[in-house]
Parts: sequence; structure tokens; C-alpha cells
Amino acid sequence: MLSVGLNIVICIKQVPETTEVEFDKETGRLKREGVAAVINPFDEYAIETGLRLREKFGGKVKALSMGPPMAEQALRDAIAMGCDEGILVSDRVFGGADTWATSLTIAKAIQLTGPHDIIICGLKTTDGDTGQTGPEMAEHLGEPCISYVSQIFDVKDGKVTLKRNLDDGVETLEAPLPLIITVSKDIGQPRLATLRGRLAAKKAAIKHITNKEMGMNPKELGLEGSYTRVTKIFTPEPHAGGEVVEGTADMLADAIYRKLKEAKVV
Amino acid sequence: MSDKPVKVSEACTGCGICITACPFGSITITNNKAQINDTCRVCGACEPVCPVKAITIKKSDAPQSFADWRGILVYAEQREGGVHPVAYELLGKGRELAANLGEPVYAVVIGNGLTKAAEDLIKRGADKVLVYDHSILATYRDDPYSQILTEATRELKPSILLIGATSIGRTLGPRVAAKLHTGLTADCTSLDIDPETRLLLQTRPAYGGNIMATIYTQNSRPQMATVRYKIMTEAQPDPTHRGEIVNKLVDPARIQDRVKVLSFEAAKEQVSIVDAEIVVSGGKGLGEPKGFELIQRLAECLGGAVGASRPTVDNGWIDYRHQVGLSGRTVRPKLYLACGISGAVQHQAGMKTSDVIIAINKDKEAPICRISTLTAVGDLYEVVPRLIERIKEQKTRG
Repeated sequence: MLSVGLNIVICIKQVPETTEVEFDKETGRLKREGVAAVINPFDEYAIETGLRLREKFGGKVKALSMGPPMAEQALRDAIAMGCDEGILVSDRVFGGADTWATSLTIAKAIQLTGPHDIIICGLKTTDGDTGQTGPEMAEHLGEPCISYVSQIFDVKDGKVTLKRNLDDGVETLEAPLPLIITVSKDIGQPRLATLRGRLAAKKAAIKHITNKEMGMNPKELGLEGSYTRVTKIFTPEPHAGGEVVEGTADMLADAIYRKLKEAKVV
Repeated sequence: MSDKPVKVSEACTGCGICITACPFGSITITNNKAQINDTCRVCGACEPVCPVKAITIKKSDAPQSFADWRGILVYAEQREGGVHPVAYELLGKGRELAANLGEPVYAVVIGNGLTKAAEDLIKRGADKVLVYDHSILATYRDDPYSQILTEATRELKPSILLIGATSIGRTLGPRVAAKLHTGLTADCTSLDIDPETRLLLQTRPAYGGNIMATIYTQNSRPQMATVRYKIMTEAQPDPTHRGEIVNKLVDPARIQDRVKVLSFEAAKEQVSIVDAEIVVSGGKGLGEPKGFELIQRLAECLGGAVGASRPTVDNGWIDYRHQVGLSGRTVRPKLYLACGISGAVQHQAGMKTSDVIIAINKDKEAPICRISTLTAVGDLYEVVPRLIERIKEQKTRG
């Protein structure tokens, strides 16, 4: 496998550039007009990881995204950063998918694109904030998964050694390929697109995968194939503010001190 | 696991045609017979290709009834035999939901040396604890832990499965949900029962906390959620509470275990802002990294920990482990003192449940002021030194 390098797949998602979203109270839908779409910032670290692996071990980096036709731009941006090709998994029947249906669809699409050694995902997305799609995909593919990877030491004899962050420390792990990882920001600052990359991105033919190629039962896909349903979307209630004091620094320190006493912390 | 929807009859000749048809690599041939493993998605691709019609797929009869799925199951994360406090929070919430539904509360604990953990879980309100105690389970790995929690869930058939949204819970949860073919809602901050449908209403922040979404799982069981740490109220120990401890047999030969843990290095500095009763945090208003020295002095004299807002961490003024907020830690201290923090919604998501919030800020229109018990409008570099003096004065006076 290593004589020809690694087959690397990066899963990316196109997200709104800002999370300061508003939604229409009448329809309950997010207002997306005028909000620019970008590669999920966490996924840029996944791309960086893939490119560094290719530099060290050789091989090919494919960027894959599930989303509407406009997500093609995110794939072009990934190519501009250095990915070899872009694959868009797009079909009306994929729409409204939760993490179960999304991970199932992406798993199937990855299998259609040929063998892989490592699949790299970002930690989570800035819109959904779940971080579930990578590990769920691992189950669909029957492959191991390691989350929060902060450093990859080596890939040798079909095995990878790496480091990952947990709440209370850092683990060094060894896992067999093929493997799915999600990477943390510690993995390394994502590079910027190069001029050559931009030119390549412009010319690149983005491969499209629809359900015609996948041949899955539409009942298993998109909203219909999802186990979870969103019943309500709302903006968090603002908390009622309390006392406001103004004055000299001494007065302010006194006011704070009184509060500390009331709270029994001094 | 006899309830698998895909069945292979004795007619199977082991020809292997189904293996090539299976998109998920879920079929292997053992002893000249096709075996369907746990990765099977019941997609149906194998059924029509079998030349001897040995594969049958049980069609799910809609509408499905979940009447036999009862109870609330809490996954009790542990480290070296000590139960993670998030499990007690889940038991606290679990008891509340259970009372509402009239159903029992279960816990599952996986690890090594769990006698005390199991007893603690009973004291904290579990009616039944399944204990998987074995030396091969001493350290957490996705493969064995997800396999065991999946098996425990199939055995108990709870209507709800709750997992703490710690780094471990957030990788374990999706593995288990996918194995069980059910929905999973990430990082919930509120859980309720819908009085009409009796479904679990799972509320969570999305878009960096700018919106909240309420989600439910209708057509599969259990209803699974990971729940943010330090949001729910811990169940207090009650030595009179009785429950059943079931020690389960762990057979290492049956356990899938593909990833090896070579070493673990505990975090160097024990900042533990999560456990502190008092958190003093600094933000962009400090103006420079040195500002955290002042924050540290105030924290020390209050016996608290130092927190930080995201911009200060992004600027490299202080280590990530101090970061409070949606992309950092959630804290719920008795006192949260925000110095020079404007308090974006993402920051608030990590501290707004603190008992008392005090803000020191030059701008009284800053978002943090809207949630603060007390806002002192002024320069933190003038106020904090005086506050430190004031506290020290009182201490020496006794």
C-alpha cells in the first residue's frame, strides 16, 4: 500500500461564514441570504493534516463534501489549498439529513470512490456543532475511529501512531489502517491557498455523486432516513441583568466586596 | 442478538456472492456459511443476489411499538474506578425524567476495579447498575466500550440513554448510536418529557450558541443524548437508596479491540476551572498577556481558578485549558468574576449558570452586563488591585 502512497479522503462541509445567524420567526427557517459560505474552519485543519501526510508518505488527497450544488466552491477551495481532487455528494434526496443519515450517505459515497487508507474529518462543524458524523461513519464503514487527534507520528506497516487530546490529558495510540480520525486545532495551522492551487482549482473537474450512482433506498436518506427531528428553533433567552454601579475605583471595589460577602465567598 | 433483521438460513452454500454485493463489508464467510456482522445497515443489497435464497430480511412492521423500551439508562464514565461527576448530574436529571415517566433508572459502568463505583451509583439514585469489570477494560478505548455499552443497552432496553458530553462521551456516543441504529443529539443543555407524546425533548445550542434547537427521536429506541457537563444538578448521595448491582461477565475473546493505547500523559497543570467554586476570568480588556498576572493574584486571594475568554487564548496570552465558553469549558462556580470580558454569546454559554456573576467592564453596554448580578463600570486595572487590598485587609483583621 505504501509503495504507492496513502489514499487520503478529507470530509469537508460548507458552512455559513458567520454563526451570528438569524431565523425567520414565522417559518422557523434560518435566514441564509447574504451570508457567505466557507469551508467549515475545523475542516481546514483536516485538509492540512491530509496534505502533510501526503508530503511525508506520498499518495493522493481527495476532498469530499455532501451538500447542495453550491458546495462545489468549498471543494475548489480545498483543491486551491492543495487537494488532488474534489467530490461532491449531492442529491435532493440527501437533504435534511441528521448525523445518522449524513454519515451513512458519506460512508457509501466514500466506498464508491475507491479504496482509502485514512479518512480525516474536522473536530466538528461551526453550524451543527455535533462532532458526531466522523465516529458514526466509522461504524457504517466498520473501521476504527480516533477523535481529537493532535499529532500523527508515523504511518508504517499498515499502522498509524498518533496522539490525541482528552479532557484530562494526552494519549498516544496505535491503530490499523484503514482508519477514520477527527483532528483538533493542535494538528497544525492550515496553509493558505497558493496561486498554482487556485489555477488548478479553477480548472478542476469536480466529480459528482448522486443517489443514481449510490442506488440507496431514498427512505434511508435525507430527512426521511433520519432518526432525529428538529421540532423547535429559538434564540436563547437573554438573562435578566442585575445591579450596575459606577463611581470611583474605591466605590466599585467596595460594591464588589459586599457582593462577595453576600455570596459567602469571603 | 437473535433479533437481527437479516437472517441467513441453512441453505447457504458459502458461495460469497453476497460479499461483493454488500456495500458495507458486513458479510464474512465462516465455516462455509455467510455471517452478517454488526456493521450491517439492513440495506437489502444481499437478499436478491443470493442464488439459493438463503438470505431473508425481516421487514419492519410500521408503525413500530416501543412499549417494551422502558427506563432511563445513564452511562457512568469513570477514571481509575472513580465515577466522573457528570454521571451524577445525569442521574439527577434521569431521576427527574423517570419520575415523570414512571420508569426506573439504570446505570452502566465499564472499567476495572468498580466495586465502589457501583455502590456510589446506587446511592446516587440508580435502581439497577450493570457492571462490566475486567482488567482488559482498565483504559478507555472506543471499540470495547462501545461494544459493551451497545450490548448492555440491548439487554436493558431503556427508552432513553444519556451520556456525558465529555471528550470520551462525545466519541463513545456516536459509535453506540450507530451500532444501535438510533438517533443521537449532541451536547444537550436541557432535557424534558413532552407531556402528550412522552418523547424526550432534547434542547441544544447550535451555530455557536446563537440559536437553540429542540430535537426528538421518534422512530427508534433508545432516544440518545450526550449532555453537557456542569449544566444539570448532581443527584446527592442517599445511603438509604436501594438498588441492584449486576456483575456482568466480560469475555475478552468476544471483544473487538483494534486501537492500542501506548501511553497516557496526564495534563501538566491542574487548572481545573471546571471544579473550582470561584472562577476569575480575564478577557481582551486586559490589553496584554501580562494582565493575567493580576487575574492570577485575585484568583489566588479568593482561592479560585483562572478562566479566560476565547480571544485571549487565540492570541496565545494563556493556555487553552483556561478557556471558558462554547469552544472551551463550561463552568458553574458559586462566583464568576469577569474582568474585561465583553461576554459574547459563546462565552456566556460556558458560564451563565454560575450562581453569582460579577463583571468589571468599562462598557456598561457590554453583553456580559446583561447577565451579571453586579456590573462594576470601570477600569479593571484600577478596581482589581483595590479589591485585592480590600480582601487582604479583611483577612488580616480576621
